[in-house]
Amino acid sequence: MGKTLFDKVWDSHVVSTIENGPQILYIDKHLIHEVTSPQAFNELEDRGIPVFRPNQIVATADHNTPTLHQDQTIKDALSRKQLEQLSENCKKNNITLYELGHKYNGIVHVMAPELGVTQPGLTMVCGDSHTSTHGAFGAIAFGIGTSQVAQVFASQCLLLTKPKSLRVTVNGKLKNGVLPKDVILYIISKLGTNSGTGYFCEYAGNVFEEMSMEGRMTVCNMSIEMGARGGMIAPDETTFEYVKGREFAPKGEEFDKKVAYWKTLPTDSDAKFDKEYSFDAEDIAPMITYGTNPGMGIKISETIPVDENPSFKKSLAYMNFEAGESLINKPINFVFIGSCTNSRIEDFRVAANYIKGKKKAANVTAWLVPGSKQVETQIIEEGLKSIFDDAGFELRQPGCSACLAMNDDKIPQGEYCVSTSNRNFEGRQGQGSRTILASPLVAAATAVEGKIIDISKQLN
Amino acid sequence: MEKFTTLQSRAIPLHIENVDTDQIIPARFLKATDREGFGNNVFRDWRYHKDGTINTDFVLNDSKYSGSILVAGDNFGCGSSREHAAWAITDFGFKVVVSSFFADIFKGNALNNGLLPVQVSPAFLSDLMQKIVSNPETELVVDLEKQTISVKDSELSENFEIDAYKKTCMINGYDDIDYLINNKEQIEAFEAQKIY
Repeated sequence: MGKTLFDKVWDSHVVSTIENGPQILYIDKHLIHEVTSPQAFNELEDRGIPVFRPNQIVATADHNTPTLHQDQTIKDALSRKQLEQLSENCKKNNITLYELGHKYNGIVHVMAPELGVTQPGLTMVCGDSHTSTHGAFGAIAFGIGTSQVAQVFASQCLLLTKPKSLRVTVNGKLKNGVLPKDVILYIISKLGTNSGTGYFCEYAGNVFEEMSMEGRMTVCNMSIEMGARGGMIAPDETTFEYVKGREFAPKGEEFDKKVAYWKTLPTDSDAKFDKEYSFDAEDIAPMITYGTNPGMGIKISETIPVDENPSFKKSLAYMNFEAGESLINKPINFVFIGSCTNSRIEDFRVAANYIKGKKKAANVTAWLVPGSKQVETQIIEEGLKSIFDDAGFELRQPGCSACLAMNDDKIPQGEYCVSTSNRNFEGRQGQGSRTILASPLVAAATAVEGKIIDISKQLN
Repeated sequence: MEKFTTLQSRAIPLHIENVDTDQIIPARFLKATDREGFGNNVFRDWRYHKDGTINTDFVLNDSKYSGSILVAGDNFGCGSSREHAAWAITDFGFKVVVSSFFADIFKGNALNNGLLPVQVSPAFLSDLMQKIVSNPETELVVDLEKQTISVKDSELSENFEIDAYKKTCMINGYDDIDYLINNKEQIEAFEAQKIY
């Protein structure tokens, strides 16, 4: 029987198997940031264990960083201390750190692919659940807890039981205005937030084959929102083209050799998956969420479903929505375009293309937070910044920002925010805030109109 | 890591599905650089109103209930990978979480911190919830060796699954680092002959 993409990458990284137990899996790249690494460094230090392979670790500061005045000292003492500790830990252990203000700084899942750290066929981990993003390149990439961060520091390996395999196939032609974000929100709305738990997911079909790397990253990023530890897309010419020439990508002959290997990775035609789903691209429309988990999504023109489940009702009560109502024309005061899901250059091009010549509504605060310094520079160089400035949108500096509101970028109590991020959990964007997940196009349109509109009607 | 063998305790019923790690410990409390003290802020925004007053409607503030077992709704621990969620729950005093389904990363984090995730059938979970609500003094018995969870002085009992390796770690208080660094030679040999 043939092997899946996941099997091929996993099997080539197994150091050994414990009888009736987990396997020792070798990890090629370990990404770290300020929030989930300090306790792991402390643990190693307490136990007198050195960092085993510092040159396979890349560090950045992103979760807890301000998005204004990054050149100044951070005001919040705890945030400042966390960043200082990251710098100190990296220095002590010879780990490369792209700290705040560095030209390569950014959200870990945006900057690592940009630098060519992310490559097909690798195993990658980070103490962040959205590490699944890197699966867009045909890598096995997944989020880990801090104890596991310490394990990788100590041994460059993890003890894991091989997950089951799941394939989601989407074929057909996407409608006008349907973006990669809509595709993944649609899939999660159909499958629910725990359908992928215990599985690694491969996305297949012409819809993903035709997507840019940015789009594939958006899709794989949200795999964890249906419970899957990771998501993968087979590497192809689009992938090779993206990786080629980047800072840490293999060069010259070495690159050609790698490409030849990467071409062997896609799933064999006779491989079997433990679970399979398939959807028609034509059925997907611009999506929006109405509840407090990412599975609670509808097409923007649909009404909120009716459900008697107490947790469902609790969720609607939190959002102050009624079962059966439409979200069209709901006034919105906050719009956030950013996060590791949608803060790449393509996302800002989509937004700028819509916004050009328009103005944001007077009631709206619209934050645009690029995923990295490189994206920020691109926004300026491509002239997008002037479009945003003219329209009254606020372009801030890179970081995780209002996706999880660890810094000062918080949505006030009771306010709705149409957000391109990945989680609409209670209070995710600030205590009492109400998050509505959507694509950068829907977010941009909401900011211009000051309310939710049916973007598909406007486009067609 | 603390050893875990058996536990007999009262339990607290958290009858909510899809409890995500942002509810267990909100992001604004993740600025600490050590592992201690997260229990003060576990379920912070459900335990307290925004003005800092106690939300008496929330089950953790209901003096009827106590114990070191948390019985929670389906799909517990979804969302962020933050291990702070497991630290917060153990720091608050829980040793076992019971649910009909756990999110992957949370489950792993719990096991790495001596917090036992006990996955039971939806029907058993519903029976447990009812028992505890109708009599908050109900005692549960969790036996890791036998892999059973039962309600004391009743017929109600169920077996639960746990990875054999993780079970040994929990019972003996070992963690994965010990195992991995004892296998360094093998890891180095693997690095020398990697095929990719």
